[in-house]
Amino acid sequence: MSDELFRIWVYLSATPLLGLTLTLVAYQIGMVIAARAEFHPLANPVLIAMSIIAVLLWATQTPYKTYFEGAQFVHFLLGTATVALAVPFFERIAALRRNAVALVIGLIAGATATLAVAIALATLLGASPASVASLIPKTVTAPIAMGISEAIGGIPTLSAVFCIVTGIVGAASGKVIFDWLGIKSMTIRGFSLGANAHGIGTARAYLVSAEAGAFAGLALGLHGILASLVLPWAAKWIS
Amino acid sequence: MDSPILRGFTLLLLLQLAGEAVSRGLSLPIAGPIVGFVLAAIALWAVPLLREPLKAAAGALLPHLSLLFVPAGVGVVLYLKELRQDGLAIIVAILVSTWIGLATTAWVGEKLLPKSPKTTAGAGDTDESRS
Repeated sequence: MSDELFRIWVYLSATPLLGLTLTLVAYQIGMVIAARAEFHPLANPVLIAMSIIAVLLWATQTPYKTYFEGAQFVHFLLGTATVALAVPFFERIAALRRNAVALVIGLIAGATATLAVAIALATLLGASPASVASLIPKTVTAPIAMGISEAIGGIPTLSAVFCIVTGIVGAASGKVIFDWLGIKSMTIRGFSLGANAHGIGTARAYLVSAEAGAFAGLALGLHGILASLVLPWAAKWIS
Repeated sequence: MDSPILRGFTLLLLLQLAGEAVSRGLSLPIAGPIVGFVLAAIALWAVPLLREPLKAAAGALLPHLSLLFVPAGVGVVLYLKELRQDGLAIIVAILVSTWIGLATTAWVGEKLLPKSPKTTAGAGDTDESRS
């Protein structure tokens, strides 16, 4: 009996089906919990889903590579979703034109501030130069960050990790910070989430309102373009 | 049978493909999906016929944006133990810098936002105060 079960497990764990199904199931559990918590920022569905899966992989001694063979089908759609963000962006182009100056200056100010603080703090606390370099593109969406990291002497995988952590931190803390500053405009709240917490912040903004989501997507796109152009050049100039 | 979502999804993939091709072909420093985003925005503006299918596909995909980060997120959890050396420095740097970035973008944006008088506010963009 247990031999039979083991045989089935060995077979299933080698097919992409298991990783893919696990991803969808864990995400829906995450969504149910997040909904129960009335979408409290700390009940982030991504965080819940990835914790469930990580614990399961650890408990069954399944390598990440095996899991990813199934999960890659979901992961792949990140690029497609980035293209799809053009739709909400286009639908709000009039509001964008009205607020373009405020948004672009806000984006540059935030990006500069976060970069300066991150480099200064990490250096001060004794992080290695490679870690600090990997930290630089953390506010950009992960696939872009990995490219930038490579160009400026960081470690791309490490940058991807920092990106995800940044996204989760941003998505979890945006509400508290905006409320504290008394910022009510969904345009600004969404834009700031997209600018500082890229895709995960954008996903969070979508949970709150379509307006916030659209501006988060816009910020993500703008930041991706600006950072790809400026960061490698700035890094060369500094070093 | 004609399905706007299927047509829209095909268009999204074509635009993503075009974005990758342009990014690689011209060795642009900008990643393929972001070039695709720009191409899609141009397509939406220039070809009204594409709006309906693209809206349908984006409307199906974007509400589940969170899901797409799960596989990469799992990789992060498993990678965390490799960070031990610099872990604390990095975590503190990420926490504080992210908070400062969120506050700065929002504060500067809010200060510079043209004050739209309430009487002329568009119907579509005033779902404020909800959060």
